[in-house]
Amino acid sequence: MPDPEKTPTSAPVPAPRDAVPPEAIKAVPVRHYGRWVSAVGVLVLLGLLVQAFAGADIRWEVVGDHLTYDTVLRGAWETLWITLLSMLIGVVLGMLLAVMRLSSNPVLSSVAWGYIWFFRGTPVLVQLYLWFNLSLIFEVLNVGFYKDEMNQVITSFVAALLGLGLNEAAYMAEIGRAGILSVDPGQTEAAHALGMNSAKTTRRIVLPQAMRVIIPPTGNEFINMLKTSSLVSAISHEELFLASTNVSSRNLAVMEMLIVATVWYLILTTVFSIGQYYLERHYSKGSGRGLPPTPLQRIRAQLTSFRTRSQVGGERI
Amino acid sequence: MSGHPMVKSEQVHKSFGPIEVLKGIDLEVRAGEVFCIVGPSGSGKSTFLRCINHLEKINAGRLYVDGHLVGYRQRGNKLYEMREREVATQRRDIGMVFQRFNLFPHMTAAENVMEAPVQVKGLRRAEARERAERLLARVGLADRVDSYPSQLSGGQQQRVAIARALAMEPKLMLFDEPTSALDPELVGEVLDVMRALAEDGMTMIVVTHEMGFAREVGDSLVFMDGGVVVESGHPREVLANPRHERTKAFLSKVL
Ligand SMILES: Nc1ncnc2c1ncn2[C@@H]1O[C@H](COP(=O)(O)OP(=O)(O)OP(=O)(O)O)[C@@H](O)[C@H]1O
Ligand SMILES: [Mg+2]
Repeated sequence: MPDPEKTPTSAPVPAPRDAVPPEAIKAVPVRHYGRWVSAVGVLVLLGLLVQAFAGADIRWEVVGDHLTYDTVLRGAWETLWITLLSMLIGVVLGMLLAVMRLSSNPVLSSVAWGYIWFFRGTPVLVQLYLWFNLSLIFEVLNVGFYKDEMNQVITSFVAALLGLGLNEAAYMAEIGRAGILSVDPGQTEAAHALGMNSAKTTRRIVLPQAMRVIIPPTGNEFINMLKTSSLVSAISHEELFLASTNVSSRNLAVMEMLIVATVWYLILTTVFSIGQYYLERHYSKGSGRGLPPTPLQRIRAQLTSFRTRSQVGGERI
Repeated sequence: MSGHPMVKSEQVHKSFGPIEVLKGIDLEVRAGEVFCIVGPSGSGKSTFLRCINHLEKINAGRLYVDGHLVGYRQRGNKLYEMREREVATQRRDIGMVFQRFNLFPHMTAAENVMEAPVQVKGLRRAEARERAERLLARVGLADRVDSYPSQLSGGQQQRVAIARALAMEPKLMLFDEPTSALDPELVGEVLDVMRALAEDGMTMIVVTHEMGFAREVGDSLVFMDGGVVVESGHPREVLANPRHERTKAFLSKVL
């Protein structure tokens, strides 16, 4: 953006005195026949699908009743908790691993490498079982200041957090590393030249910029985690999926209960997607592209522009 | 101009792996001086500048800033590497301005200037903000304090970068081709700021291709080529009557 005071203004080209303004273009727009055909095709297919489900042997009232059924709600709550806590473990440990991985200290970077190698290389389901059955090989947990029987410590909930969280950390480490590497080394150099130490440089300069690259895939990981948490049912922790199937083993409404679970998963993922949208906005500060208005702001703008249409120019929000 | 020596370089050598980039640099910059370094691309100008604030470690020789060894402590005739904290402390007193500005893009102009005083010197935010506004006004950007770098022109960004370096109240400023990334019509505004800084008595080492600036503002000038200082003297002297063939060849291309 040139400084308005400094840029020499080029002399305006004088318009010819009595030039006739050019005729406005009136052209036939390109017709997109293909779009119409495909839209109609898709609509027909959708109609057939709706028809099939409407006619299918599903007791929708059972679905409706059980959406807010106690066991189901508790399961959904459990799924949400497990997801949030596992992701918290994953993000914090993952960022630590990412920084370790990029450290010039060979011990730190190879430990991080080994961690990622192990946890990415084994299925989450196996890891969940490994944690859950830890008491088979270690009967007591003894960490000096704390001592207890292992199967008292590793409940299904704790096994779920360890299995999902530690596994997630390996993936978050890679995402974090990509984010950190995306930041121009000139930024670190500028910070060092100002007398900032490495820790401050990482925290104040590098990570905030890496966030723009880190957040979109992290949002993905969050949503994946919501779904992957259903594996916890295998170690008989009653989260959303197990809760729904437990109910259906009593009321025999198998399909109905699966639909209930599906609806809840969709609700949760939708809420997370909205959260991601706002987080991305926050970290795009200063990225040059002006922030687009949020849906809420857009609605508000609509409302006010109805009221004061004459004053609000087309673009203003 | 004859202050005490601010920078003293004795036989400074620097290699990247097998490639020797600096092959024994000897020079002295006095306090209050504007010291210009010119030379062809790849001659090691940036590398030398980066050695001065220890962004690069030298392999041989001695480099002093304000009488202190850069990056090392000497006890007897043994050298001890400084800890990160000590290096950081040394760097506080040396401002650096980069060719590509390197402003922090997620911070406004004022926040860029405030960052180091707050984080490194522990200045209170209100005080740092005041200082930032004063410095930004000094580089002619009083009205852009709250703009993000992406909303500023190259010349404005570079002036913010200069204000950011000044916020640490350095006793020495290093400029690495501060105008090379700028459109020609924006070069002047940055050089004006540097000229004003020189008039205030700041010690400055300036790597530049702006021979006009070197001639007018510079107190000394060295011509570097192939990792050595080929020729040095008063800018008007060297630029008007270069003695070495290599200097002549270089100047005939850039002037
Ligand atoms: N980190 C590095 N690793 C390896 N080689 C390097 C590194 N930095 C610089 N060099 C090499 O050192 C030499 C001198 O580089 P330097 O950047 O100091 O030159 P310069 O005089 O500043 O050139 P220019 O005018 O193009 O900026 C070049 O050959 C360059 O390739
Ligand atoms: Mg250079």
